[in-house]
Amino acid sequence: MFKAFLIKYAEIGIKGKNRHLFEDALVKQIRHALKRVQGEFEVTKEQGRIYVNCLSEYDYDETVESLKKVFGIAGICPVVIVEDEGFEKLCEDVLDYLKEVYPTKPATFKVHSRRARKNYPKESMQINCDLGEKILETFPEMHVDVHNPELLLQVEIRSKIYIYSKIIPGPGGMPVGTNGKAMLLLSGGIDSPVAAYMIAKRGVKIDAVYFHAPPYTSERAKQKVVDLAKIVSRYCGPIHLHVINFTDIQLYIYEKCPHEELTIIMRRYMMKIAEHIAKETDCLGLITGESIGQVASQTLQSLAATNEVCTLPVYRPVIGFDKQEIVDIAEKIDTYETSILPFEDCCTIFVAKHPVTKPSLKIIKRSETHLEEKIDELVKTALETKEVIIARED
Amino acid sequence: MEAYLDNSATTRCYEEVRDVVVKTMMEDYGNPSAMHLKGVEAENYVKEAKNAIAATLKVAAKEIFFTSGGTESDNWALIGTAMANKRSGNHIITTAIEHSAVSAPLKYLEEQGFEITRLSVDNQGVIRLEELEETIRPETILVSTMYVNNEIGAVEPVEKIAAIIHQKNPKTLYHVDAIQGYGKYQIYPNKVGIDMLSVSGHKIHGPKGVGFLYVRNGVKITPMILGGGQQMGMRSGTDNVPGIAGLGVAAKQIYQDFKAKNEKLYELKGYFIEELQKIENVHIHGMSAEEGAPHIISAAFVGVRSEVLLHTLEDRGIFVSAGSACSTHKRTPSATMMAIRADQELRESTVRFSFSEFTTKEELDYTLEVLKEVLPMLRKFSRK
Repeated sequence: MFKAFLIKYAEIGIKGKNRHLFEDALVKQIRHALKRVQGEFEVTKEQGRIYVNCLSEYDYDETVESLKKVFGIAGICPVVIVEDEGFEKLCEDVLDYLKEVYPTKPATFKVHSRRARKNYPKESMQINCDLGEKILETFPEMHVDVHNPELLLQVEIRSKIYIYSKIIPGPGGMPVGTNGKAMLLLSGGIDSPVAAYMIAKRGVKIDAVYFHAPPYTSERAKQKVVDLAKIVSRYCGPIHLHVINFTDIQLYIYEKCPHEELTIIMRRYMMKIAEHIAKETDCLGLITGESIGQVASQTLQSLAATNEVCTLPVYRPVIGFDKQEIVDIAEKIDTYETSILPFEDCCTIFVAKHPVTKPSLKIIKRSETHLEEKIDELVKTALETKEVIIARED
Repeated sequence: MEAYLDNSATTRCYEEVRDVVVKTMMEDYGNPSAMHLKGVEAENYVKEAKNAIAATLKVAAKEIFFTSGGTESDNWALIGTAMANKRSGNHIITTAIEHSAVSAPLKYLEEQGFEITRLSVDNQGVIRLEELEETIRPETILVSTMYVNNEIGAVEPVEKIAAIIHQKNPKTLYHVDAIQGYGKYQIYPNKVGIDMLSVSGHKIHGPKGVGFLYVRNGVKITPMILGGGQQMGMRSGTDNVPGIAGLGVAAKQIYQDFKAKNEKLYELKGYFIEELQKIENVHIHGMSAEEGAPHIISAAFVGVRSEVLLHTLEDRGIFVSAGSACSTHKRTPSATMMAIRADQELRESTVRFSFSEFTTKEELDYTLEVLKEVLPMLRKFSRK
């Protein structure tokens, strides 16, 4: 019965002169999202509104699900479109609409009409009153409440007449691509995909880097990271995933530095490499899934020690979240099941039983001087031999 | 070079198996239950496979039932006989080293109120016959043991086990999980006194997704998959004709030149173990080379985590499997490794090499060469 969707957007409405850029980006993202849905759609922008018109038979649930993943959408309103065949007919159509969409009637309602086509014979106030009267007559159990109605029935008079009342909440945020690009350090755990989602939600395009350490981490571990990137790409579009072979660097640090500092020094090199790729690919910041105190390498001291190697800003959107709060989002965006997949991960042999939790930058830097002989060469090789995988949902 | 040494996980199909699978998919694709000619043609493949398999076991064709593989055969044998015989008793005996296709359904039966006794094994993985004898009671309805253990290649004395069972309690049934044993041993259930025998297709160069359960005529067993009444109502579902035809061809072929193939496997095994033992700090689990199964070698490379070695070998085109499962979240040591009381150090560094008739000496030499090359480096970076 619904032949169109009215797309509501909140924040981009207030962006002043740049508004059309945001709207165009949103239209583009909606078109992209609907490509995979069965059916033919037309996305139009008119008078400050975005409409998705359904030109053929389509799958309602699939369409709504896809739209719910488009950042920038605050609400999705399924619309019934009827021909203008006089006010009597409109009354009938509205009553039919209510019968169909609300099998149990809300207690209170309000009619809100807009006469976009000014040659319509009734003014909008009149339409509200007359339609309200018909509804009261037909459904005596309903009452009018103009301040806080349970059901707000919207009627828009255009060349055809649009009737809608339901608002399905969208994800909010801003259209992807309107706020530049950032580089995610993607690990395969629960936190980093959530971090990517949260930053992407603010309109940021995402690229990612993954550190692979064969034979200590398996091919399956890498496959899992690719799968996670694919899931995240449902929200933020295709992700360029840079896979760095980190084994030689890891072994070299393991050989030359104190064991309990291994993780911190390793992470410093990961940040350095990530930043290098970020700058090469026009990313404006780094993203990590770190959360204060979660593990030894995420204490404030450790975070400060790893942060020190970068000049780009590092965004840590889950920094203040408890594990459960992160898990909740991971479940919502569908990455959780993949993140917790067990597979042989042998990186544990490098982890110290008691890693430092309050590293001093001075000591860490002194330890790193033991690496001087070969580390630059190893980093260079790692960068030269990186593999780029484009992760997208097919 | 590639060396596929994971034949206990699965094997490459015989070319003849591939051919019959293609033929039954593309030409003779009828439903054996159909009344027309196409159905009759397809039915012939099933009959032929049944006859071929029955001949390898020297049993009647009607005692062979096709399933979706080893796991289904085991599940059906255990749960099906437990259900059918629960009035005679509720006691079931098994071993501590069974594959999960046996141990998991038994766990389920335990939750349903059956009493399960799990026999211990010696450090070679073999049960103690005295313990078995003491455990059998009047209400024991079923004993289930492996023929060959999949992890360390231990061979259970099924003939002696069968004799003890039938002498102690004639009503007790004996099920053998022969998924690693069929094709490597000549097994004659009637002579030995085996009542049920589980076999999987893809371990003997047949297709995946097909296997069979031998059920001695007269054994009381409840069907578990109900429907159209195929296979005399014992296992419904349209016959998997390509799978069954492929399994039949594989069963026939694996027992051709059996003696020569077996000798070659033992020769390769002996050679490989001898060479492995020249490497420092290598421990071979289980029975001696001649006593154990011809195709399985379980070796611990002390100081190297099994998964790390596995991935290192994989990188050189050598495929093996790791002794114990390990993941970031939990580490469950294998039941077999625990049962033979292997130290943690050995458990965590165990790798399984498993052969087939396609395995060559060149593959083994290549593997040995790579092992000698990578082990010193891997040992250098072991856990501090």
